[in-house]
Amino acid sequence: MNWILLAEQFLNGLQFGILLFLLAAGLTLVFGIMDMVNLTHGSFYMLGAFFCATFAAWTGSFFIGVILALPVTLAAGLFVEFIALRTLYERDHLDQVLATFGLILFFNELVQVIWPLDGLSIALPKYLDGAVSLGLGVTYPVYRMMIIAVGLAVALGLYLLVSKSRIGMLIRAGASNRVMVGALGIDIKKLFTLVFGLGAALAGLAGMMIAPILGATSGMGEQILILAFVVIVIGGIGSIRGAFIASILAGVIDTMGRSFLDVFLLTFMPANAAEAAGPALSSMLVYILMAVILFFRPQGLFPPRSG
Amino acid sequence: MKSRLLWLVPVAALLAAPAAMAKTVKIGFVTTLTTGAAVIGNDMRDAVELALEDIGHKMGPVDVEVIYGDDEFNPQKGKQKTEKLIKRDNVDIVAGYIWSHVLMASASTVLDAGKILISANAGPSQLAGKGCNKNFFSISWQNDQTPMALGEVLNQRGVKTLYVLAPNYAAGKNMVAGVERTFKGKLVGKDMTKWPTQIDWSAEFTKVKAANPDAVFTFYPAKHGPAFIKQYQQAGLTGKIPLYSVYTVDSIGLPRMQQAKMEGVLGTFQTQFWGPDLDAPQNKKFVDGFKKKYGKYPSFYAAQAYDSIFFIKSAVEAVNGNVSDTAGMRAALEKADFPSVRGKFSMGKNHFPVQNFYLREVVVDKDGNWTTAIRSTVYTNHADTYGKDCKM
Repeated sequence: MNWILLAEQFLNGLQFGILLFLLAAGLTLVFGIMDMVNLTHGSFYMLGAFFCATFAAWTGSFFIGVILALPVTLAAGLFVEFIALRTLYERDHLDQVLATFGLILFFNELVQVIWPLDGLSIALPKYLDGAVSLGLGVTYPVYRMMIIAVGLAVALGLYLLVSKSRIGMLIRAGASNRVMVGALGIDIKKLFTLVFGLGAALAGLAGMMIAPILGATSGMGEQILILAFVVIVIGGIGSIRGAFIASILAGVIDTMGRSFLDVFLLTFMPANAAEAAGPALSSMLVYILMAVILFFRPQGLFPPRSG
Repeated sequence: MKSRLLWLVPVAALLAAPAAMAKTVKIGFVTTLTTGAAVIGNDMRDAVELALEDIGHKMGPVDVEVIYGDDEFNPQKGKQKTEKLIKRDNVDIVAGYIWSHVLMASASTVLDAGKILISANAGPSQLAGKGCNKNFFSISWQNDQTPMALGEVLNQRGVKTLYVLAPNYAAGKNMVAGVERTFKGKLVGKDMTKWPTQIDWSAEFTKVKAANPDAVFTFYPAKHGPAFIKQYQQAGLTGKIPLYSVYTVDSIGLPRMQQAKMEGVLGTFQTQFWGPDLDAPQNKKFVDGFKKKYGKYPSFYAAQAYDSIFFIKSAVEAVNGNVSDTAGMRAALEKADFPSVRGKFSMGKNHFPVQNFYLREVVVDKDGNWTTAIRSTVYTNHADTYGKDCKM
């Protein structure tokens, strides 16, 4: 195992973690503040990808596609919140799971009705479509570098928003004690809508970022949604900081497992056993991580202080 | 008295109806018609419809009716749909099946009912070897054959070190076993990824880069193909490490890759039993007819689906429409005496085709569309290796 390989795999893990964070940030806010299990979050991820691919094809530019798709995804989020989810806040989690699961099925079918069955691809500009040397022998895809940069910028922006602004103060207050915030005369409904829209836009952004790599396809949200839930549970529900650290942790551990576990197993196992056990075990690693962390910290790494 | 017996008229008509209906042969065709993989199923259905048109919806003296079943890319659903075709629709023959795991789950339903089953794509090793059955036929290939041909190509081209990437399911394992059987160089790396959920290969491509092999071999069907090629290019591997694939780049994915300007796919090689430019009279008729009707190149899935209708027709005609004569139909199918898009071929003892395999390169055709061109014949009349374990 040489260190160039290690460095590149770390970047891969970081990129995956950043993507998870974009999805988990909105999810943890909605879950933490509104106490709402929102499976539709994965659908906004998918819608973001489809909107972006459509606009990119119309305008011929990926960046204009992203800029146009962001407000459209935000609007879709607000619309869904307004017509469907608003009635669910007071219901228990099972009702929310059922209703939002129904919305997933609806959206998955809807994109197949509107767009081609095998989904859409996005053509990247030439300068983003290759790999770049980072010195010392490390080369890395330019576009994945951009995802890392965008994710870090969003993380910084969210940090400033949540810990330095008045809205952020209300969001934090809402996460620790909803009733009290309402009693102090804050329009909690408006706050909910705002948070929900923000979460949907972030999920959409994650979808837009990944679409040039994976393409936009129906049902793309579910697989990553499960991991995003794992991440917010590890990080502590309602905590942006927790979501960030847990995302990076999950991304890096998952990638490292996929890269090095079979080599590691080979040191003490026969080749065909290691070949079979490697992929199986590496796909379990993130869940093992969750179990271990919950054993020591049942509230997750950074539980929001509540009263 | 007369009026009292009037009710007998419709009853008699009803009783007579089944006899009249027996003049229709019913074919159940299981494929994927929902989920993203429906693009494959739709291509196959298009080809079946074209074939039905070309034969005037008639097989010898009887009419043909095809009932489609959607497996939803899921073995349990595939089995349910197969049961419905057998028990409720009472079909005479079942054909189709894209996915090896779906076919493995569904095969016993058809075979236990004593009906004939024809795979129009999946070719798992189990059904070619120990688990072969007198009523099971493949009109495609055994999974290992195409990658075995590819292994030969690698040898011919002096490839010494190879890295293998494939999904971890029945067909993926067969494909890897196939290339490993014939490739004489050294395997420097192998990753079996989760199917069908893993669609990001960043970690695997980084390992490929570190291993720096002479070539990469891969098998990723359906929507995974374009995503794979795209990430291969983004990882900077295109042009550095030659990519050889089976069933990854097809006529369904190519237009989409062209639209996304994925030039990295041009000049890559693959092996296959067929190609749209293969020189056979039936193939010219099929490809021209398909392009005329649907405005695009047919995929190999479509070619197999088209062949399966003519294959069944040869059997139905041999028994003169009496489809309950399973033994007679079986004898006809074993002869494989029908116009095939791949030209003349024979049926092996295990009911898998003994046929040629070709090397194909991805090229731009004279109209500017991306397609494949046959470059050489790798295997002539090749039989799969599992046939020797088949006792029937």
